[in-house]
Amino acid sequence: MHTSPPVAADIRELETIAAQIRCDLVRMIHIARMGHPGGSLSAADLVTALYFQVMRIDPARPDWPERDRFILSKGHACPVWYAALIRRGYLGRECLDTLRCLDSLLQGHPDMVKTPGVEMTAGSLGHGLSAGLGMALAARVRGLNYRVWVMIGDGETQEGSIWEAAMAAPNLRLDNLTVILDRNRIQNDDLIDNIMPIEPLAAKWKSFGWHVMEIDGHEMAQVVDALEASREAEPQPVIIIANTVKGKGVSFMEDNPFWHGNAPDADQTAQALQEICAAAGLEVADVD
Amino acid sequence: MSTSRYRYLRPEVPELLRAGTLFRDGEKRSTRFSYADEMLVLGEQLDNVVMLNADVSKGMGTFTFGQRFPEREFNLGIAEQNTIAAAAGMAHAGLIPFVSTYAIFATLRGLDMIRNSVCYTHANVKIACSHAGITPAEDGATHQGQEDLTLMRAMPGMTVIAPADELTTRRAVQAAAEWQGPVYISMTKEPVPFLYDESYPFAIGRAVTIREGDDATIIANRDMVAQALLAAESAAAEGLDVRVIDCHTLKPLDEEAILVAARETGAIVTAEDNILVGGLGSAVAELLIEHGPVPMRRIGIDETFAQSGPYLDLLERYGLSAGHIVQAVREVVARKGDA
Ligand SMILES: Cc1ncc(C[n+]2csc(CCOP(=O)(O)OP(=O)(O)O)c2C)c(N)n1
Repeated sequence: MHTSPPVAADIRELETIAAQIRCDLVRMIHIARMGHPGGSLSAADLVTALYFQVMRIDPARPDWPERDRFILSKGHACPVWYAALIRRGYLGRECLDTLRCLDSLLQGHPDMVKTPGVEMTAGSLGHGLSAGLGMALAARVRGLNYRVWVMIGDGETQEGSIWEAAMAAPNLRLDNLTVILDRNRIQNDDLIDNIMPIEPLAAKWKSFGWHVMEIDGHEMAQVVDALEASREAEPQPVIIIANTVKGKGVSFMEDNPFWHGNAPDADQTAQALQEICAAAGLEVADVD
Repeated sequence: MSTSRYRYLRPEVPELLRAGTLFRDGEKRSTRFSYADEMLVLGEQLDNVVMLNADVSKGMGTFTFGQRFPEREFNLGIAEQNTIAAAAGMAHAGLIPFVSTYAIFATLRGLDMIRNSVCYTHANVKIACSHAGITPAEDGATHQGQEDLTLMRAMPGMTVIAPADELTTRRAVQAAAEWQGPVYISMTKEPVPFLYDESYPFAIGRAVTIREGDDATIIANRDMVAQALLAAESAAAEGLDVRVIDCHTLKPLDEEAILVAARETGAIVTAEDNILVGGLGSAVAELLIEHGPVPMRRIGIDETFAQSGPYLDLLERYGLSAGHIVQAVREVVARKGDA
């Protein structure tokens, strides 16, 4: 079987990479003066585990037919995806300065036509799970042995199309599909509980026929274990409800809806990098 | 003297047009926020007006309606289909719902609901959308509502308004509330210049001539009205005297104003920040081909998705800038003798 060797030897190393990715995405959004830091930071540990441990991918061959596929259905959080693709070698580091610029590889929302490693265009919420379902079905039809990983937002599950896909995937017995729900409890306008509550989440997905796991989305060991374990859950599709903190790692952004879609200024960026690095035992100067 | 040829503009605007500094020095505002402010006025005037948000009430500014009238604002979450069909139900039960979200999400995700539950039933629903055209510039193609005018124009019974600035957006809100039946208001994320003073005669279905001229006419809407004015100003420097019409209502179209302009100036350029298929240019061309063809060119987005980038750069890249409009004016004027 073609698999790329895990590039991170242990949990500690993955945590370090996650911190670097957090720094990169905060910088990227600061330079662009726009973007969505909150939902990027909440997803950073999950995306790191996928790209640096769990997914069978080869950055040198982004079109390898048997590669695992990752879709960021909550496409506004693309800075975390771009940061991971840069660190993993799909994109050059010079891209960091070009988020949202004219003619950049890094569009304001993910664009599979422009950006190597981006498996599906996203930005209009509620598409990615269906697209992932389609890719998972295609693997069956074509006899290919890859897995599809789709990350959705918790606010995003208010879209009806999410539940159309939720109904279809178990019926199709898609055992090569893992959904990761970034349960950061905040949507655009406010706390989800103040807009349109979505609980009981686990019971909802279970009743639709999914194998449901629930984890702390910032505990790297738990994250890796759950992602790996999801491969074994035949014949059901799996959803991992990852409890996370929006803005994780930056004190003034954590749990604050304001940071859903606002960019930090220079001082705020400096403080953010400081905090992220301190927590990971890194020097800011080294994270470049 | 070109100044005297302008109508209804704020006193500082002609000078800014002449200097080419309208976007740099003029007062500007996203019309979504003009809309949100006027909704507070409307909420005081009419107690059957309700606000339906869909988790972009901060992006629309319409969270303020909920603060002022908490019992008349409903944020139904990231669920545009439910929101629009619910609005139809509310309208048929005696309310005047205003649905507020981005153009892409209402007019595309919610299109079936707009067609069958709103327009087909003549529901008195108002759909007010920001992020039309390429105005959510840096957000990129997934957020650029470049076909909202096309789609809404295709809905029988839908009134479609694309106001150019703060003042006309506020007037459009008031007019929409008075109008019986579905209304769509198309607005900008990008701040656009304040253009008009209080004398502007706003009425649904009445295009307004904002610059007199005899050599050609530019017919524009929404954010392209500012580009049209800039184009007319630079055409004047070349000796071309160009009429500019703010055709804020795309449907019902002011056929008379367009036919008169075609007759009197003999050449037409349309300018819209929308796909060329089915929008303002199409509407004008369809009218003229049956009732009085003249040389015509359409400025708009031609068979492509745009990308992320600064708004003015995107206008340039996709052929929508004042410079492109002037070039089109030259072409139609040159063709005038051909017929
Ligand atoms: C169909 C659609 N409606 C509205 C939006 C605008 N929007 C962008 S992000 C967002 C909130 C998303 O919340 P969530 O899924 O919880 O993402 P996260 O908190 O992880 O960033 C909204 C409403 C959109 N992108 N797509």
